[in-house]
Amino acid sequence: MSRTTSTTAKRGNSGRRHPLASVALILVGLITTGGAYAMFTSTAAAETTAVTQTMIEEGEKLFASNCATCHGLDVQGTEAGPSLYGVGAASVDFQVGTGRMPLAASGPQAEQKPVQFTQDQTDAMAAYVASLAPGPAIPSDEYLQGDGDATLGAELFRINCAMCHNVAGAGGALTEGKYAPSLDGVEPVHVYEAMVTGPQNMPVFNDLNISPQEKADIITYLKYLEDNPSPGGFDLGSLGPVSEGLFVWIFGLGAIVAVTVWIAAKSN
Amino acid sequence: MAQHDTGEHADAGSALERNMPAPGTAVERSDAFVNPGLPPHRLRVTDIDPKKNKQAERRVYTLFYVSIIGSVLAVAAYAAIPIDTEGAAYVRITTALLGSAIALGLLGIGIGAIYWAKSLMRGDEIIEMRHPTRGTDETRARAVEIFELGNEESGFGRRALIRNSLIGALIATPIPAIILFRDLGPAGNPAAALEVTMWDSGTRLTRDPTGTPILASEVTLGSVYHVIPEGLLESEHKLEEKAKAAVLLMRLKPEDLNELPERTDWSYQGIVAYSKICTHVGCPVALYEQQTHHLLCPCHQSTFDVKDHCKVIFGPASRPLPQLPIAVDAEGYLVAQSGFLEPVGPSYWERS
Repeated sequence: MSRTTSTTAKRGNSGRRHPLASVALILVGLITTGGAYAMFTSTAAAETTAVTQTMIEEGEKLFASNCATCHGLDVQGTEAGPSLYGVGAASVDFQVGTGRMPLAASGPQAEQKPVQFTQDQTDAMAAYVASLAPGPAIPSDEYLQGDGDATLGAELFRINCAMCHNVAGAGGALTEGKYAPSLDGVEPVHVYEAMVTGPQNMPVFNDLNISPQEKADIITYLKYLEDNPSPGGFDLGSLGPVSEGLFVWIFGLGAIVAVTVWIAAKSN
Repeated sequence: MAQHDTGEHADAGSALERNMPAPGTAVERSDAFVNPGLPPHRLRVTDIDPKKNKQAERRVYTLFYVSIIGSVLAVAAYAAIPIDTEGAAYVRITTALLGSAIALGLLGIGIGAIYWAKSLMRGDEIIEMRHPTRGTDETRARAVEIFELGNEESGFGRRALIRNSLIGALIATPIPAIILFRDLGPAGNPAAALEVTMWDSGTRLTRDPTGTPILASEVTLGSVYHVIPEGLLESEHKLEEKAKAAVLLMRLKPEDLNELPERTDWSYQGIVAYSKICTHVGCPVALYEQQTHHLLCPCHQSTFDVKDHCKVIFGPASRPLPQLPIAVDAEGYLVAQSGFLEPVGPSYWERS
């Protein structure tokens, strides 16, 4: 919480925020701290994502103080950011939960960075955005266990994902500075949400294209990749011919040159 | 070389000298390279110091022993680590140990041999002259004699009809092979196979790899579907057909599409279908960016703009991706209006 406050205070001087934003944020900070305290003390069952009116209200306040500058006070979007009607809870959970939002700086694409909000705050904002218009919901836990069919998941991954994310999920370059990020270590829930919502330049893979069970299979495949080291030894980032070729050029040819020099050199 | 140079310099004022290029471009000859001969022989430490000599000998046989140890270790590693089938990673340790041990075996011999030659074998420089390749005059005369005798005895030069018919027969023998092997090639015009894909009027668009048909309503905004024609999975030449017929289906906002007037009915409410085969060298173009509507080919970075009928906006491709005209059938499934109206994939010789 203190981190968000300091960030906002710095930005307040640049004039990009509403003059009352700091005041609002302090208010929100007090309320959320109190609210979080109340939630933690009251019951452990608060973990479940049951949406309550309190959550929505809390989310609205968080939204107003952290997101409204770009997305508009009524979520209608501005020149700096798109409208969020119908993006659903899944989109908010992905963008905020991976640290992509709030945006650090405008650029080819939003970078992943340390997460700025607690899960409860993220859930509250997700609940608020989802309450305005229907959209993809946060996926149910049963698809996120990584216990599906890795073989089928691998086939689906090769057809739908591998061209951008690399067959081993190592990521890859797109046009004009954009890139598909590495999928190593990404939470299953975020993988699922990315497929459903199509963040930034990633296309949407809705549940009618790739069914929830098939998405679970893809997550299983990614988990398999994380759990099983490359059978061939060093995979050099799984980047394929570029990194492998560079390695051979430098170390393979280097060794050959060194041996040749040694053979031809005069003995002392 | 040096002799040749001085010979040319001698006739100054001759035609050669006058026709020489202007100074500045002419080759400077005054500092012609002189053969410096062999450098003075320098004794190695192993030649001077018997202790060092002994040390080098020890190193060489140690290297050979190391090689033996490596080879034994390779066998031991193979025997000690059982190959079971628990996942692909089990081969990691076996491969690493086998590779290191065999490398030790080979490098021990190689490095030992080179070190032996460099430090202990005879170390002074010697010149070994080339043998002349020309035979002696007697040998050459005898060879001519043998040829002439053969010609006389066989009558090869004299009996022209026999000789010429033999040459004719030799020329004719490979002809059956040419005719037979030529027929192994594709029958008819190979270009015809490239012009036609499985897409035809009414062929349903189906998902890759399941082959289930796609309802237009299932393709939400920003979606991308990897599409194969209906019936591809039952096709006899599945991979060949897929390599030509693979299609990418995308939905954009209809107002984002800048469609040519004659192609406005090729799309359905912003759903467009384009061949996935790059027009450059045929890689699958499938890196779709849903906000910029760019399609990127991963092989050579050809970039196509889906908004403008996939025209090329970057990279080596020379033609836009062919568009598949689509419609919706009575049940709401996406179907092709017709096949592709131009050949898909890279250019080829007979392509019009």
